[in-house]
Amino acid sequence: MPDVTTEPLVVNFGPQHPSTHGVFRMRVTLDGERITDVDMVVGYLHRSMEKLAEERTYIQNIPFTDRMDYLSAMSNNLAYCLAVEKLAGIEVPERADYIRVIMAELQRIANHAMAIGAYTNDIGTYFTPLMYMFREREKVLDLFEMTCGARLTTNYIRIGGVAFDLPPEFLPALRRLLDEMPERIQEYSDLLLENEIILARSRGTGVLPADLAINASMSGPMLRASGVAWDLRKADPYCVYDRMQFDIPVGVNGDNYDRLVVRLEELKQSVRIIEQAVEQLPGGPVKVNVPLAMRPPAGEAYARIEAPKGELGFYLVSDGGPTPYRFKIRAPSLINLSVLKELLVGGTIADAIITLGNIDIVLGEVDR
Amino acid sequence: MPVLYQWYDIRDLSYAVEQLLEWIGDWGPHWLVYVVSAIIGGAAIFGLAAGTAIFNVWLERRAIGRIQARLGPNRLGPFGLIQPIADMLKLMLKEALFPRRWDKALFILAPIVVYIPAILVFAVFPVGRGMTFVDLNVGVLYMLAVSSITAIGVFMAGWSSNNKFSLISSMRVIAMLVSYEIPMVLTLLAVVLFAGTMSLNGIVEWQHDYRVPLIVLQPLALFVYLFSATAELNRTPTDIAEAESEIVAGYNIEYSGMRFGLFYAVELVNAVAISGIVATLFFGGWWLFGLDRWIPGWMIFLGKLYAFYMVLIWMRGTLPRLRIDQLLGFAWKIMLPLALANVFLVAVEVLVWEEYELSAAVVLPVFAVANVALSGALVVAWTKLMSFHFDELPKAAVLVPDSGLVFAQHAPPVPAARRSWAPAPAPAVEEVAGGSGSG
Repeated sequence: MPDVTTEPLVVNFGPQHPSTHGVFRMRVTLDGERITDVDMVVGYLHRSMEKLAEERTYIQNIPFTDRMDYLSAMSNNLAYCLAVEKLAGIEVPERADYIRVIMAELQRIANHAMAIGAYTNDIGTYFTPLMYMFREREKVLDLFEMTCGARLTTNYIRIGGVAFDLPPEFLPALRRLLDEMPERIQEYSDLLLENEIILARSRGTGVLPADLAINASMSGPMLRASGVAWDLRKADPYCVYDRMQFDIPVGVNGDNYDRLVVRLEELKQSVRIIEQAVEQLPGGPVKVNVPLAMRPPAGEAYARIEAPKGELGFYLVSDGGPTPYRFKIRAPSLINLSVLKELLVGGTIADAIITLGNIDIVLGEVDR
Repeated sequence: MPVLYQWYDIRDLSYAVEQLLEWIGDWGPHWLVYVVSAIIGGAAIFGLAAGTAIFNVWLERRAIGRIQARLGPNRLGPFGLIQPIADMLKLMLKEALFPRRWDKALFILAPIVVYIPAILVFAVFPVGRGMTFVDLNVGVLYMLAVSSITAIGVFMAGWSSNNKFSLISSMRVIAMLVSYEIPMVLTLLAVVLFAGTMSLNGIVEWQHDYRVPLIVLQPLALFVYLFSATAELNRTPTDIAEAESEIVAGYNIEYSGMRFGLFYAVELVNAVAISGIVATLFFGGWWLFGLDRWIPGWMIFLGKLYAFYMVLIWMRGTLPRLRIDQLLGFAWKIMLPLALANVFLVAVEVLVWEEYELSAAVVLPVFAVANVALSGALVVAWTKLMSFHFDELPKAAVLVPDSGLVFAQHAPPVPAARRSWAPAPAPAVEEVAGGSGSG
């Protein structure tokens, strides 16, 4: 080896970059195309939600959670409302619980459609799978719009139930969506999972071993793709998930391909859950009345759900006043992002981009 | 059908030009003929290149829109046909920014160096019978030489922008060009061996005389050429040079306004050029089994060109991008040996043909069948030999059933073979910097 030293090339990916999925920034040290070091910089979208929440009443805080993971607002609402209900000891009507499950699973479909589409886009297809995925996402968002008037920041799930009952046209529209979903998912599986280029790019890149995944407190599809069957809907059921029949998909290798596979399979399982929920959907009220300025007794509560991106938890401390004393969010995106360096070092730039895309982060949630 | 050979015979527009030049030669100074013919020819090839490029902006956006289950541009003009004009106006009116600490000369020169060769390739195209601007007897060589100048311009652009993304992009371009130029030249060599001439007109005439498009005799060459050519087009699956999701836009990241517009145009012009080359070399150019007697040859040529261009659009709309090591590995491990084998095969066939003075009617069908069969066998055998095996790992998620284990590690023990897919561990930074491992 000749005695030549070359300077490593430090490249700044982000915060303005087409593939950082928001304002995430990576300082990447390169040796040719190979990555030798990664430095993560977060905080460009920090909105100080946790502090703001301490100045607002429990009900005023619900819209903040919409804006956290803006691709799955329903799940965020649900997790927060569960925490408040736990803190204040509120019982939710059964119909509301079923509606919550339906909405959370629809949200999972919308979120995974976005995640898979963005992933294939990172791999380099010219927007085609993304557009196809948007078809399904669009229908889910139409359902949301039908129910609560909003498509992204829904603010639908409220403390003590949900804001409105389902409109009469909701169930037929949902039925149509559910009927076409299995065919669509099969189409996507055929198109994406058998593609030699996707296989070549995804297999063996961004490998996350199961032990590292557990140690890093990963959750959601990231963890399950590594082969750990951990799903809060089974492990710590909330709402009415304990009455639903569904399987947990897990991967084998923990590479990008397995994450893709797990997400596609979760779409199927979500459809299955929604079908059961619609079947069992009882009548009755959808909301119990809670005072606008509710004052939960002093104490603390932690509620967690299996959000599309992983375990989303809200930790609330009350001092008996109208506002939370402490409001802490366990955001799956941030924690899933923490292993990024282990996944990227040793790979190439191209691998880094697809691995980052496949973690499925939303910067609103990472920075809060 | 009487052959007209008049200026109004639209089957060959060169008659009209000839009449005009003769008329000028009768009364004008003798040098005027050369000037006028150069202007007409230049305008014609520039019109062909630029006109198709502008039309293709629309075509490509509409076609990809259809592929993606949406409409594509449809607001400006009927079917959105004015859209490319609007795009062009926007690019022209935009301010041309430049980066700080740029390499001024190279930066300004780069779009020009890229654009001109792209147009120059069109000079040797036999658009119709006799409709060639310059009928070079080394047409194929000229075409290869001119089209590879583009890479220099791209490298100039990447270097002079003083941007790390564009630098990475330029390195990728050079690596890719070096790898793919070789199989590309070899496949064209095979075509030239069969036709016995390097003139593009001659190759078309050969296909016309023997009434066989070279695709039948050279399926493998088309396959290799197709992939090598797309590698230079910056289209998926080989658009690593301007991989938008990775290195933003690659070499043209710092360009704006019409300077960027030239780069954008070059891609379209190059795509047309590649389609034209394929149409000429493999599908018989203006010739189509005698149909060229009734339909103008240039229409047939354009039809073939667009048929192939649609394939390029289809590829762009469907395929993801390869990684650079996979792309270069494909060039050296698969393309190059296949191209070499193809040249060998063709050389043997041509030798047999010439040596025994066989009649073409007997020998060409035999060659066609033999080449199609051998090409298929060669591809299969070679990929087997390179131990390219299809992924045997499951392509579906493992389902943990309802009643079963939750919160348990479900992964079966990892097979040893899997480890080889994982990227090699990078050398520690200290070693690289300190040179301690050099002993």
